[in-house]
Amino acid sequence: MARADWEAIIGLEVHAQLLTESKIFCGCSTAFGAPPNTQTCPVCLGLPGTLPVLNEKAVEYGVRVGLALNAKIRETSVFARKNYFYPDLPKGYQISQDDLPICYDGHLVIETAEGERKVGIIRAHLEEDAGKNVHDPAGGPSRVDLNRAGVPLMEIVSAPDIRSADEAVEYLKNLRSILVYLGVNDGNLEEGSMRCDANVSVRKKGETGYRTRVEIKNLNSFRFLKQAIEYEVDRQIRTWEEGGQVEPETRQFDAQAGVTRAMRAKSEAEDYRYFPEPDLPPLRVDEAFVAKVRESLPELPREKAARFQRDYQLSAYDASVLVADKEVADYYEGAVEAYGGSAKTVANWVINEVLRLIKESPEGIRATRAEPAKLAALLRLLDEGKINAPSAKTILEQVHQTGADPEEVMRQKGLEQVSDVALIEAAVEKVVAAHPKELETYRGGKKALFGFFMGQVMKELRGQGDPKVVQAALRKALDG
Amino acid sequence: MSLTDLTIRGLAEALARGETSSEEATRACLERIRTTDETLGAFLHVDEERALERARASDARRREGKALGPLDGIPVAIKDNISLRGMPTTCASKILEGYVPPFDATVVERLEEAGAVVLGKLNMDEFAMGSTTETSAFRVCRNPWDVNRSPGGSSGGAAAATAARQVFGALGTDTGGSIRQPASHCGVVGIKPTYGRCSRYGVVAYASSMDQVGTFGRTVEDAALLLQAIAGHDPRDATSLDEPVPDWVGALEGASLEGMRIGIPKELFVKGLDPEVESTVRAAIAQLVSAGAKVEEISLPHTEHATAVYYAIAPAEASSNLSRFDGIRYGLSVREGGMRDLYEKTRAAGFGTEVKRRILSGTYLLTKEHQPLFQRAQRIRTLIRRDFEEAFAKVDVIVSPVAPTAARRLGEAFESPVESYLADTLTLLCNLAGIPGMSVPCGFTSRGLPVGMQVLGRWKDEASILRLGAVYQRETDWHLQAPPEVA
Repeated sequence: MARADWEAIIGLEVHAQLLTESKIFCGCSTAFGAPPNTQTCPVCLGLPGTLPVLNEKAVEYGVRVGLALNAKIRETSVFARKNYFYPDLPKGYQISQDDLPICYDGHLVIETAEGERKVGIIRAHLEEDAGKNVHDPAGGPSRVDLNRAGVPLMEIVSAPDIRSADEAVEYLKNLRSILVYLGVNDGNLEEGSMRCDANVSVRKKGETGYRTRVEIKNLNSFRFLKQAIEYEVDRQIRTWEEGGQVEPETRQFDAQAGVTRAMRAKSEAEDYRYFPEPDLPPLRVDEAFVAKVRESLPELPREKAARFQRDYQLSAYDASVLVADKEVADYYEGAVEAYGGSAKTVANWVINEVLRLIKESPEGIRATRAEPAKLAALLRLLDEGKINAPSAKTILEQVHQTGADPEEVMRQKGLEQVSDVALIEAAVEKVVAAHPKELETYRGGKKALFGFFMGQVMKELRGQGDPKVVQAALRKALDG
Repeated sequence: MSLTDLTIRGLAEALARGETSSEEATRACLERIRTTDETLGAFLHVDEERALERARASDARRREGKALGPLDGIPVAIKDNISLRGMPTTCASKILEGYVPPFDATVVERLEEAGAVVLGKLNMDEFAMGSTTETSAFRVCRNPWDVNRSPGGSSGGAAAATAARQVFGALGTDTGGSIRQPASHCGVVGIKPTYGRCSRYGVVAYASSMDQVGTFGRTVEDAALLLQAIAGHDPRDATSLDEPVPDWVGALEGASLEGMRIGIPKELFVKGLDPEVESTVRAAIAQLVSAGAKVEEISLPHTEHATAVYYAIAPAEASSNLSRFDGIRYGLSVREGGMRDLYEKTRAAGFGTEVKRRILSGTYLLTKEHQPLFQRAQRIRTLIRRDFEEAFAKVDVIVSPVAPTAARRLGEAFESPVESYLADTLTLLCNLAGIPGMSVPCGFTSRGLPVGMQVLGRWKDEASILRLGAVYQRETDWHLQAPPEVA
């Protein structure tokens, strides 16, 4: 298979819940995890005669997302009904937007192997979420939970500008990070706060048109997104190469088997019979409103990364690692401020040590009890020569777990650095005396043995020797 | 004259003078319902206990000097597509049998806050689809003037009950003429206000962009009193007009037609119009002229398309609005087989023929393939609206017949549904344009059937049509005629 002759054409559709306190068309709470059907009212239950009233906060959040994605905000957008029957859809239609979405024509920048690239955002529109069908594993009747029905969603549709599974993951990570920065989404893919569908096709390099496209539904983790796209791209290339036809269809990803499977053909796709929602007047968003939202936009990941590079002299890589999660970025800046020393040093400690310690925890940076001030205190101990770097790491681990004061831990564990010249010289003397053969070899010209002696002396000092003092004393003893 | 012959204003004054009580008036109405409704079929549900309780509460308020206003203690009823907490709301459809709303429609809330006593729910065409009340899944509704004839529809129960003195007034809904046409056929006043004037919250939707709640009374003033109570902005209805409601009732006192310009649209006096109906309406126009109004012929050039446009837009919206009746959460549920069966069997058993016809045609029209037709209908709707804007630049109100004929015999409409649709042309223009309209009794045919005159006003200008109607009723006594006693 001449894999290199082909390229993948990928577009993502992301449904992101907006973190408003109440639903998009009624006053019910949007809190997650309440007992079934307790966060419902006549409106979101779709009782006869009820009417939707638009939540202004959802509009504000929608505009926020649009602006962050460099999109145009439509002055007059229109809600439309998407008609289909499903038990979790109480009205028999979803209120969404069709040909006049609130945001359109934007882009998001991703890092690719070939450098930065803009991925187009065709549109982003507001809509209501459906409820949830709950099936009985024992085979009893299915039930419907409408707590989620009416939770505001923003559907964000990218242009088919993505060329690989890795780029798709990068796009989704960036999008997620932006939404979390904006405070409009909690970024939780597992709980369904963000849901992703991928449109995938392939074509021979040099072709300008598009070949048949397949939609893969519900790719709700970065790993599944990557696996599903990789599998699907391979499958389509193989199909074409073998002289077959890729069918226009909707597929789902079987995570267990790592394959995509056909769900339904596009020809069977329902006609949703969209028409303008007569219960809601056209949504007008004037310039003043947009300007106000623009003013309230927080610093976004890319701007923050640029500032970190500029103000803290960080590398592009370090800056991008720190800003990926807003809480990590805030942690970092908190530590820089508390420390007052080199911001670069703080970055190294956060990236190499703190992030390693929290790697597996779902709460992210909130999992550590080594708050910024404590990390700063630790770094000061290092600067003052009270501890050396290995001890600092040991102390950090302890602080991370218990939240204890670093200096306290240092004392308790007896990790205070030994800088006493007499003590160190005694240790050097002892080590040199114990290794006459090595001394001879060293003095015979094999200077690389210096490291061996250094190690032995540090061992003698239980790792707490001040490396500079040890080095000087050793040099004096060896080189005479 | 019996107590139930009083107007709302008359009863309000009698109550204020202490000559009667709300309980007495309520009992009189309930008694009339008992004796006449087996024949008339105006009601789908009567709640005597609740009504008497509220009547007694009204009397108690009055004794304490805390009467609420002209509607306090007045027995009324509401069309069965308007929700009242705890009372069945069926829309005269089997699919909603057993459904009891847990909330009040805003108009009901306001009506009861004004002290009105709701006796029950009124018969109608199923989901307001029809103009004879014959598509009701539950009972035949008859015209009090001739029990072999239909009261009109879809608010046939409301018109019949008001005419037959079962209630003093009623709330109905009008999407294409469903208040004005039955009012005309039953010889009572029916007002459809400007779209958005009354909240639709709690009113079961048929065609959302045209549905509007309105009122029935035996006089213009009575209908205006009810409208005054229920109109006004409602934050729960995003399409409701956010404007103060003028004092319509107050403005009726001493009103005159001096200088009022009345437009007579030539397109609404055309073939198919019963000559007796035409001559009756023309005589009424002459009377308006003698009362000081000026008359001018006008044109509404897009009228010929109105019925086609209406029967595109209304079923399209209805097909979506009625999707929620799926057998899952409330109402009828035929539980055999899988999910698909649940939908199909429930809806097959629950909806009547006319409703199915409109769901099907509406669904068809909204498919991708036929969207261009739907969009063309929307464009012509805009042209119809413009016709009225141009007409109202020259005249203050427009007068026409309400329907091409007086009340039809029961069963007649089913013989030719298309002809029946065409008969709606005169009324549905007003809904397409969103303007206010009213039917006022203006005479009788030689068979003794009432004929109504339709009065249309500018957008938001209910005041002018009410003024015209009130002055007309000062000059005439058509509205004082009572139908023959129902055996």
